Amino acid sequence: MLVEVKDLRSYFFLDEGVLKAVDGLSFSIAKQETVALVGESGCGKTIVALSLLNLIPSPGRIVDGQMLFEGEDLRHLDSKQMRRIRGRRIGLVFQEPGVALNPVYTVGQQIADVLKLHRGLTRHEAQAESIQLLGDVGIGNPEQRAGAYPFELSGGMQQRVLIATAIAGRPKLLIADEPTTALDPTVQAEILDLLCYLQAEYQMALLLITHDIGVVAEMADRVMVMYTGKIVESGSTQSVFHSTLHPYTRGLLKSVPQLGVGKDEILQGIPGTVPDFLELPRGCTFHPRCNISETGCTATFPPIRKITPGHHCACHKIT
Amino acid sequence: MSGRDNSILLEVSNLKTHFPFGGRWIGNQQFIRAVDGINLDIKRGEIVGVVGESGSGKTTLGRSILRLVEPTGGSVWFDGIDVMGLSGKEMRQMRKRMQFIFQDPYKSLSPRMQIGQLIAEPLRLHRIVPEEKVADRVVTLLGKVGLNPYFQHRYPHEMSGGQRQRIAIARTLALEPEFIVADEPVSALDVSVQAQILNLLLELQQSEGITLLIISHDLAVIERIVNRIVVIYSGRVMEIAGAAQLIETPLHPYTQALISAVPSGRPAKRKPRAQVTTEPSRIGKPLKGCPFAPRCAEVQSICWEEMPRLESKNNEHEVACHVRQTS
Repeated sequence: MLVEVKDLRSYFFLDEGVLKAVDGLSFSIAKQETVALVGESGCGKTIVALSLLNLIPSPGRIVDGQMLFEGEDLRHLDSKQMRRIRGRRIGLVFQEPGVALNPVYTVGQQIADVLKLHRGLTRHEAQAESIQLLGDVGIGNPEQRAGAYPFELSGGMQQRVLIATAIAGRPKLLIADEPTTALDPTVQAEILDLLCYLQAEYQMALLLITHDIGVVAEMADRVMVMYTGKIVESGSTQSVFHSTLHPYTRGLLKSVPQLGVGKDEILQGIPGTVPDFLELPRGCTFHPRCNISETGCTATFPPIRKITPGHHCACHKIT
Repeated sequence: MSGRDNSILLEVSNLKTHFPFGGRWIGNQQFIRAVDGINLDIKRGEIVGVVGESGSGKTTLGRSILRLVEPTGGSVWFDGIDVMGLSGKEMRQMRKRMQFIFQDPYKSLSPRMQIGQLIAEPLRLHRIVPEEKVADRVVTLLGKVGLNPYFQHRYPHEMSGGQRQRIAIARTLALEPEFIVADEPVSALDVSVQAQILNLLLELQQSEGITLLIISHDLAVIERIVNRIVVIYSGRVMEIAGAAQLIETPLHPYTQALISAVPSGRPAKRKPRAQVTTEPSRIGKPLKGCPFAPRCAEVQSICWEEMPRLESKNNEHEVACHVRQTS
């Protein structure tokens, strides 16, 4: 296993109370595997990514759990050792490339910086390699574009540059946090194709974080569905899509807009919204939005259980 | 285009909105042709979707129709009134009947006003109801968009994206408009919430008889609720057809590319996509030929020479493409 997370808890200590953004998460990612982490905004998905990189902003911190990466517990590393992981062995692609890129450096410089820092290349080597990386991520005319500033590039191009910086350190794990949410559908399709290609080419594992379960269907080997800081369903993409267990996953699947369904079939969303983390419903946190909930659901949060081999679900009604 | 009969509420003809950029001197000035000669009729009670990528001019089209940006040329007739000919004062009155819903409910609501005040503001500005009835009307409007009355004492930051978009819709409904332009009403929202807002718009269209123009970059999102879809690229209409027909038998290579970009939502190998490159269109330079030619896989020599006209292929299905018109 490349990544093994056990009972991870990342809490934010606010004046109003303790916000349990990640609350007892366990999962693993094999080498070169693509795993999708799916849930609505405010489910704690991004905090999982930030936890893995030890980048949780104050007043948040990891309070418990184990995060093994290539057998090494990331929680026991000091900040200097952690810097050798970030960007080098774990790459991160953010949602908004326009915000993540530095506006006052050319894109070539930003990629070269990663190469100098993490791969120890000289200035000239880094320059040459950054041009090659720009070509790898599908930017035409890389020699020229290396001299461009982020604002001179379209959103899709910026995302390609950001991906280039993330893979420059040749990471074993690439975390992509909503990599296509800010982009047009035509560009989204291209970026997803690119991630697939790079994953094979660079032999990386990919943790794909998204609120749109439709995006991951064609890409992921496994899917984990997250709600209020907990995983409520996980399994192979086939089993999660074809023998869906959790009512929340059902809701997410039903809200994916699909073409050619026609006007008669009304698009179904999930009623209500993600609850406030500080005022979580009692018992199963999904019960107020659930269409199969019973009185028993308000008692305790259901533990995640194996339903069929490799397919897990946390629901009182599914056994 | 058909005449100005009773069933047509909005008639847009040859609408152009060009933004100057570049040189400071008139001679050097270039123009971004954000909207470049668009014709569009919308029937009363119809829901029309406008689809295109970022930068295709769809937002400018919506804004130009309401004169939120001043068009460069062309005409807009709304219920027999020449909108372009109205004075500023008349236009303000007109906006009671034509409203706009913005894309980002995080930016379109004042963070310092309570929800109740936000909804009361248009009621008071346009004197829709007497002062003593404002409070009642606010509650009614909240109900129409599916929110509890207690929300009126909250501030926007206390609400989720979907709830904020409901507030934005309640504010436009306050004026009892006949026509609403909704600019990407759900693209800032989670997919699970998008359906709620789209269903709300559909309900309102049915209960209040409102005519809607919905702008979106995502075909799959609007397909279910619109009657007709207009595909625009580079400020021009590429294809117009009934929603089902456009999805089932898209004619324009650009429409086909938009359709193939929608994820299948089924676990499978990634399907091969219609080949388009996303090289941004060359803005500014007046194009001789088809604006889509640089990205089109089926481009022929005529495409570089001449702008294809929007022509009817069969009933109510119009396409602007040299290749598809001849085949």
